[in-house]
This record gives sequence, structure tokens and C-alpha cells, in this order.
Amino acid sequence: MRKVMIGNHALSYGAKLSRARVIAAYPITPQTDVVELLSEMCANGELDAKFIKVESEHSAMAASVGASATGVRTFTATSSQGLALMHEVLHWAVGARTPVVMGNINRALGPPWSIWTEQNDSLSQRDTGWMQVYAQNNQEVLDSVIQAYKVAEEVQLPAMVVLAAFVLSHTSEAVEIPEQEKVDEFLPAYQPRYKIDPEEPHAFGGLTDPNGYFELRYQIQKAMEGAISRWEEVGEEFGDVFGRKYGLVETYKVSDAKKLIISSATLASTARTAIDDLRKRGEKVGLLRIRVFRPFPSEKVKSVLRSIDRAMVIDRNISFGASGIFYQEVKAACYNEENMPPIFGIITGLGGRDVRKEDIIQMYEDVMKRDKPKSDIIWKGVRV
Amino acid sequence: MKLTIPEKEVMGHGHLACQGCGAALSMRYALKSLGKNTVLSVPACCWSVIDGPFPHSAVNIPLFHTAFETAASTASGIKAGFEMQGKDVNVVAWAGDGGTYDIGIQALSGAAERNDDIIYVCYDNEAYMNTGVQRSSSTPWGAWTTTTPIKHPKDRPKKDIIGIMAAHRIPYLATASPAYPEDMIQKFIKAKDIKGTRFLLIISPCPPGWKSDPSNTIKLARLAVQTRIFPLIEVKNGQEWKLTKKVHKPKPVVEYLRLQGRFRHLTEDDIALIQKNVDENWEILSRKLL
Repeated sequence: MRKVMIGNHALSYGAKLSRARVIAAYPITPQTDVVELLSEMCANGELDAKFIKVESEHSAMAASVGASATGVRTFTATSSQGLALMHEVLHWAVGARTPVVMGNINRALGPPWSIWTEQNDSLSQRDTGWMQVYAQNNQEVLDSVIQAYKVAEEVQLPAMVVLAAFVLSHTSEAVEIPEQEKVDEFLPAYQPRYKIDPEEPHAFGGLTDPNGYFELRYQIQKAMEGAISRWEEVGEEFGDVFGRKYGLVETYKVSDAKKLIISSATLASTARTAIDDLRKRGEKVGLLRIRVFRPFPSEKVKSVLRSIDRAMVIDRNISFGASGIFYQEVKAACYNEENMPPIFGIITGLGGRDVRKEDIIQMYEDVMKRDKPKSDIIWKGVRV
Repeated sequence: MKLTIPEKEVMGHGHLACQGCGAALSMRYALKSLGKNTVLSVPACCWSVIDGPFPHSAVNIPLFHTAFETAASTASGIKAGFEMQGKDVNVVAWAGDGGTYDIGIQALSGAAERNDDIIYVCYDNEAYMNTGVQRSSSTPWGAWTTTTPIKHPKDRPKKDIIGIMAAHRIPYLATASPAYPEDMIQKFIKAKDIKGTRFLLIISPCPPGWKSDPSNTIKLARLAVQTRIFPLIEVKNGQEWKLTKKVHKPKPVVEYLRLQGRFRHLTEDDIALIQKNVDENWEILSRKLL
């Protein structure tokens, strides 16, 4: 069934189709529609789930971890300040190996107050051990929630489905709602390997000295590494069942490309239209959209970059004192490789400033005529 | 003969509590009352150490360690998970006074307002004992701690957590003391069969933090009640207040204070002031009692 819906509701439908059993959430602009629709679904019996209307995002994540640890599928959603408040418990979800799935709406952090899109909220959680997938349209939001549960439950790590504030969260698009039966087949009921169970009592998370802690961290990294191929395979399998294929990255017109634009989320969809225009002018340019940011698809990124003469990364985020974060990651992946092109890092669109097709074309024209980067940041669209 | 304390032990051997720890004894009584169909949500507190390091555990029931301010919210999540599986399990948040009065009060208030179906137990040793005796909002007036040194002891009274929890109109709340195990056990058994948020506050003497002799733990837990510093009560729906242990001839507070090094610096005037406050608090409480 096709339905016109905003990105926020695509998250709610994703959670519903995945048959989340416990939802714990706290409202924050611009996430509210996600939880409003889920409340509605729980209230009218469409979704057989317990919705805990907690008093903060910190408690939302704590309750999600507790519920997930009993072996039930758990969902939450937040944004910006809410995600920042969760930070401590995000680590707990990973250490406890609870496959919670969360929607996060990318919104700039205060002060000053802003409700518009920027990726610093989710990228600040880069090192927590959460898997992160950045969606470029509402269909991908819904589909990614279902895939996230499948991967998360296999590798026993939580996953975040990330979408841009307003650009997706409040923009209506036609979305295909998969049939419940097919989703059930694709994503069977959660079978936890370990769970809180009075019939088989264990302590979870007790004090672990340096003799044991190190190995537990090693296992988290191994789970992340294992998740790389699983995101790819699950994306393929999803395509076989539902007709929409996904991968760790998405490429567009790269087969003959000499120049490459690298970006994520909705900036990448804008870049795609810019590439169409540039191609008409004879530019051999392609797009690499990084969809799964954690685990980072280094091999995929390198394999695309090998045949490229010049690449630019467009970041709607910044690691203050360093550079754009996707730029850092791409550069780091390529550093020890032979024959890698110069990579330029562009920061633009912070705090939701609009980035249009024309802006990307202008960036491209400016950057691609340069020989090599003189610094790690090329600012675009900032008034100074 | 009818036993007033259930014979069956749930808690095992090998816990890591200090000698004379009130919190270890309280856990033992709690689990005797609640039985094995119980799960603990334990935030950072003495009990996150007492239970034993990985892979050991002393309680013989599932114990989920969680972040400092999340005892209640994690318990709410655990309960919801069991409910969705059709399992009826006692879910108990078990926290110290720091995790209850201070850093965890928001999550506790949230769970209580929602009337989530959990039992929240605060074993109250009146300071951050696990980190080395720093003051909490539960530390009584006049007490020494490492952050309220003798030259400037705690200058604010203990926070009225019972008043706060009663104001949430939760179905059941009670105070308990390990010196009165029958009373404590009755309260746990009663709490077990009530739906909604239940709150138990246990006075929990701490020899290293109170600078008291481990052999005096029971005596102190008894004197806290007999001096009316810590009356044993239960409150239903925040409104029906009942005294469960009547104290006919209350003992002077000095008997309680003098057994504890944390009050050693107090002058006679200080002690007189504490006595006055205890008498006043008793007056306030007696007006609420049925």
C-alpha cells in the first residue's frame, strides 16, 4: 500500500511493522510526530506494544535498555538535545549488548536554540558503539528501521536510523508500506541469546576487572566488523523481498567518473540532481552516498575512490578543532592506500541553512579546479 | 510453630559487604519475602559492589546493573518487557540514598507518577558510602562526611523523601529497619501483592561511614526507631498514614548519636537542636497518622 507520509511517520510505521513490543520515548521537536502516531497505534490496538511515556530521554534510553534486556523488541526516537542527554545510556545499551532501534532526527544543538537540521547530534555519538544509518528519503527511513532490527538483533548492538530535521521529518512523500506478512517473514520474532530470566538467573554488567573488560570491548568491535557484511546482505535480501535494494553505500554514475562527490542523507540527494546537471555539461562526476556510517564501510569507500582523480566530501557537521566528520572518516580510510586521489572537505549548511543544487554545482566548480587541499576545511555558504 | 521470618534463603554466600552492613541484611530479608521470581535493577551504589564482581553474584536471582540515575527507569523497562511476554515477575529497583534522593529522583518521580508496577527500595545509609562517605541530600543535619568536614558539618536537614513519595499518591510506601525484621518482611510481602509503584525506605547503618562499631548495627537500626528519628510507618495512596511500630517511651537522640563517630563533634546545644527537630517532626507525623 502506498501512503503519503512525513519522515517521522515513516519511523512510526517502521516500528509498527517490525512489531516493537516496548516503546519508551520523550517528546522533542522535531521528533514528536513519531511518538504521537505510535501512541495512537498502541491506544487503538493496531500495535501490540507497551508505550512508557517517560519523563526524559535519559529515562527513555534506560527503559529501552531494560526492556530489550528481557528479550523484547524495543523502539525509541529522539533528536538533538534529547540524544545528547541519552549519551551515558547509549554507552550502556552497547555494553549491555541490547539491540534497541532508535530514530534520530538530525537537529542542531544549542545554544543558540535551533530546531533545524545538522548532523552534530548523531555524529557526536560516533564512538558509543551504536550502528548508524543515514536515510535520504522517507521510504528509506521506513525500510531502514526493519533492516536495523534484523542486523541489530543478529550482532547484538543497537542501531540508530537518522533523518534530517524538516527536510525529511516534516516533508510528505509517497511511501510504500510493506505487507505485514512479508515483514514478519523477513524479520521473525526476536530470539535473544541472553535475557533477564528468573528461571535462569544471571548478573548483568557487574564489576569487571582489567582481566575481562578488554575482551568484552574486543567483542563489540568484532560485532561491528561482522555487521559490515550483514548490512550489505540484509539490504540485498530486503531488495529481493520488497523490490528496494540497499547497501552500505550508494553510488550514482561512478562507473566512468573521474570526479566524485561524497555526502550523506538528504545532502546526497541534492548532490544527485547537481550531478545530473554537471553530466549534461560533460563533467565525468559521480556520487558516493555513505548510508551506513557505523560500522564505517571503509572497503566500499576505497574501492570507489581508487578510480577517481579528485573527490570532495560535503559535511553538514563539524568536529570543532578538526574538520567535517564524514571527511575525516573518508580520509582516514584512504590514508594507508596507494593511488588515492586528493580529497577536499567542505562544510556547509550548518544549523539548517539551505543547500541547493546550485550551491553544490558552485562548490564543485570551485573545488575541482584546485590541485590539492590547502586545509581540511573549505567553508561554503558562511557569511564572514 | 509459625515462623515470622521465612526460613528459605534466596541470597547466597560470598557477598562483599563490609562487616555490619545494614544493606546486606536488608537484601537478605527482602529476598526472603519476595522469593526467586524477582529481578533487581541496581544502579551505582554499594550493592553494585556487594553482589560480587563478574562472574560472581550473591543474590541467586537476575541482577541488572544500570547507570546511577536509572534504577527506576530501567526497572520500568524491565517490567514492560516482562508484561509484554505475559510474565508476572517482581521487578525491584534497589538503590542507595544517592541514587534515590539525588541523582535518581527524576526517574523515580517519573515512574511513581506513571504508577509503573515496580517496587523501589532505597537502602538509606545517609551518604555516598560507596565512593567514600560524601554528603547526600539524605545526610542528616550536623553529620560529618568527607565533604562536610567537622569544621563545617551538614547544615541542612535530611530531605523528606517520604513526604515527596507520599505526594505522588503511590499505592504503597513504607519505612523499615533491619532491627525489626518481622516488620520489614511484612511490608515486603504486602508490597509484593499490590499493583503500581511501591516504595520502601530502609534505614541502613554503615559502620565505615557512620564511624560505628559493626557490632552496633542492629542496635543503631533499633535506636533510630526508638528515638523517633526514623519512625516505622506505612502510607497507602499517599493519604492513609499508619505507624507500624509504636514507641511508647522514646529514647533521647543522644543515645543514637553517641554511638556514631560522624556525630562526635556535636555540642550539647547541637544535640538539643537535633532533639527539638526530631520532636517537631514527630508532631508533624502524628497529625497525619490514622
